[in-house]
Amino acid sequence: MMLADARTLCPQICVVPSDPAGDLDFLEKLAIWAQQWGPWSALDPPDGLLVDITAVAHLFGGEARLLADARTAFAKRGLSVKVAAAPTAGAAWALAHHGPQEAILTAQDDAMARLSGLPVAALRLDDDVLTVLRRLGLKRLGDMSGIGRDAIMRRFRNRRSPAANPLVRMDQLLGRVPEPLLPVIPQQMPLVQRRLAEPIRHRSLLDQVVRDLAADMARLLEGSGQGARRMELGLWRVDGEVVVRSLELSAATREAEHICRLFAARLDDVDAGFGIETVRLRASWAEPLALSQGDIEAAAENHGTSLSACIDRLTVRLGASAIQRPVPHASHIPERAQRWQAPMEPEPVSQGELAFHLRPLKMLENAERIAVLYATPDGYPRSFRWRGRLHEVVRVEGPERIAPEWWRERSTVRLRDYYRIEDAQGCRYWIYRHGIIGDQRGGLPDWYLQGLCA
Amino acid sequence: MHPDISPPPAASPADDIVTLPAEMRGGLKGGVRLRPSARWKPGVAAGAIHSEIFASGHEAAGAALAIALAQDAAAAGKSSSPDASSPNFGALDEIMDQRSVLWVQDRASVRLTGRPYRHGLPQHLRHRIIHVVAEKAEDVLFALEEGLRCRDLAFVIGELAGNPRGLNFTASRRLSLAAERHGVPLWLVRVDAAHDLSSARMRWDVRSAPSAAPQWNGAAPGIPCWHGELFRSRSHVPGHWILRDDPAALSASSPAAPPTDITDDNTSHDNTANENDVSFDQPRQTGSVDLARATVGRSMAAL
Repeated sequence: MMLADARTLCPQICVVPSDPAGDLDFLEKLAIWAQQWGPWSALDPPDGLLVDITAVAHLFGGEARLLADARTAFAKRGLSVKVAAAPTAGAAWALAHHGPQEAILTAQDDAMARLSGLPVAALRLDDDVLTVLRRLGLKRLGDMSGIGRDAIMRRFRNRRSPAANPLVRMDQLLGRVPEPLLPVIPQQMPLVQRRLAEPIRHRSLLDQVVRDLAADMARLLEGSGQGARRMELGLWRVDGEVVVRSLELSAATREAEHICRLFAARLDDVDAGFGIETVRLRASWAEPLALSQGDIEAAAENHGTSLSACIDRLTVRLGASAIQRPVPHASHIPERAQRWQAPMEPEPVSQGELAFHLRPLKMLENAERIAVLYATPDGYPRSFRWRGRLHEVVRVEGPERIAPEWWRERSTVRLRDYYRIEDAQGCRYWIYRHGIIGDQRGGLPDWYLQGLCA
Repeated sequence: MHPDISPPPAASPADDIVTLPAEMRGGLKGGVRLRPSARWKPGVAAGAIHSEIFASGHEAAGAALAIALAQDAAAAGKSSSPDASSPNFGALDEIMDQRSVLWVQDRASVRLTGRPYRHGLPQHLRHRIIHVVAEKAEDVLFALEEGLRCRDLAFVIGELAGNPRGLNFTASRRLSLAAERHGVPLWLVRVDAAHDLSSARMRWDVRSAPSAAPQWNGAAPGIPCWHGELFRSRSHVPGHWILRDDPAALSASSPAAPPTDITDDNTSHDNTANENDVSFDQPRQTGSVDLARATVGRSMAAL
């Protein structure tokens, strides 16, 4: 039903946009919370949870009281649920979705007899399979056992997936074949904190606390064989304000001293107010980092730093956009054939470069316009004036014609004729004529100086 | 300018002696006054690990010569290493060649001479460049020093325009010490700068020179040539060379005629092409200002 139709029927309708990712995230959190009734749980998207309560029920005084406990716990959180317990995941799902509230199927019961009244939709089948079953007249689970198994097997012989084959689902429901489930495992981000007996207001004390926290964090990360890529330092002030400073590292690290030094640059502008009472350091992004022998180099001061540490220090002071690495890019246009990326990123895969023509050592950020004396329409440049200085051209190589990329640019963009030239003093440049007379894309062509050759 | 410069002292630190010919080392033991006449030539593994190159902002000669000299020094270090100083360097050649290169520029030098262009760099440097653009001269110095402290870098190139207040003698001495301590060479290109106080071990003045005609197209620009003047050095006699970036190695030849118009505007140096002919044993006239002179054993190179 369209939203407009729904509004016509019921003008008071309250509309909320759907959020599948948020729902899944909530379900994950709920699955971890639900582990209070069993050692592990699994998701059943979009709206179900499976909890393994094998050998757990007696702790709550039996299955019935366990289910009642779960219902009240969910109700306390404002969630309405249907719960059921059964020896197999399939049977529990069928009872929870299509059975009575708080239905319990024990191992001693005759499962087929108890479940025969449920609709075939309780088998967790795809819609098209359900349609086929409905057309065949199979509406209840009991109907499935009424006709021969061979007949159903013949009908669905080339369906391998459990959701498309009612016989596999039936066997899973009755516990004849195993059904693997993917458990949810909570992953805690490393977090260390200090609650201070006396609020601190001075920088030197704060530095000491950060140093302690960094040492704790390094120990924590070492224990789990990880290194931090992003860290957040939260400072709770007495008046309730929270100051957060975050840090991103170019490579996974757990060196306490390195972390301290990077944070020291970020703490200069912290306003302590009436004092800071809690400091918390959290590694919100950690990556595996193999354990290595430490302290073999007594100090980085004597033996130098590693490349990633050097880049971290430069990034903290100069900003991430100041440190870059040139990488090739698939384009004919010279200024587009080079891109810049972060220094530690892997280089993108590119086709080999064709080295027919020499390229300049350095390229100006914007090609500078020059006044050139040349024989029209396409003669060699004789002399040119650049930055107020006259250059006599002695040697020329060219032209190297680079046509515009028609698949990317408009049809009025002009071609370029590049010349590699040397002037009377020996300075070597890379210049181009933008367009050619008579190409119907403008008047007289302009000349530009784009690169400085070695 | 200093009007008075005393003759070279008798004793000299060991690192300077290493670069001298054998007979002079022998003479030194005998207590004879040292003759600092080891002329620079390509392929000599110079102890100079902090060099300055003065160039104009209208050409790329400064950065090009810095790269050429850095390659030359690396090749010289590689070929001379298996003998005594570090026996395991030879086996690590392939690994060492893959170390990154830090290239630091300030905003003014980016505006004047542009950024490095990957497709125009030497083939084995293309994937190794890490480029830093700093807004202020202080940030450039910080980045250079951090780079010099990093053991994973092959060398560091800096480009700095003009004579910023931050780059005083103390700052350049810091860079020299960091470079020598960690063994990472620094090539500092000074764009459109006057020769100020510096503790660089070798100081070059460079401008482009007309290139030789290539073999197949006589009208085209040839292999890059530069006119380099080593006007201040701790271990070598100053001199002029036409430096040519041949594919195999850097080659140097003496210019056909001693140039007289080397420095265009800022300072003038005396011609030192015939420096070797002067006997050092004669006491010099203290009145004559001969500033372009080797300063063996002297840490300060003031000009």
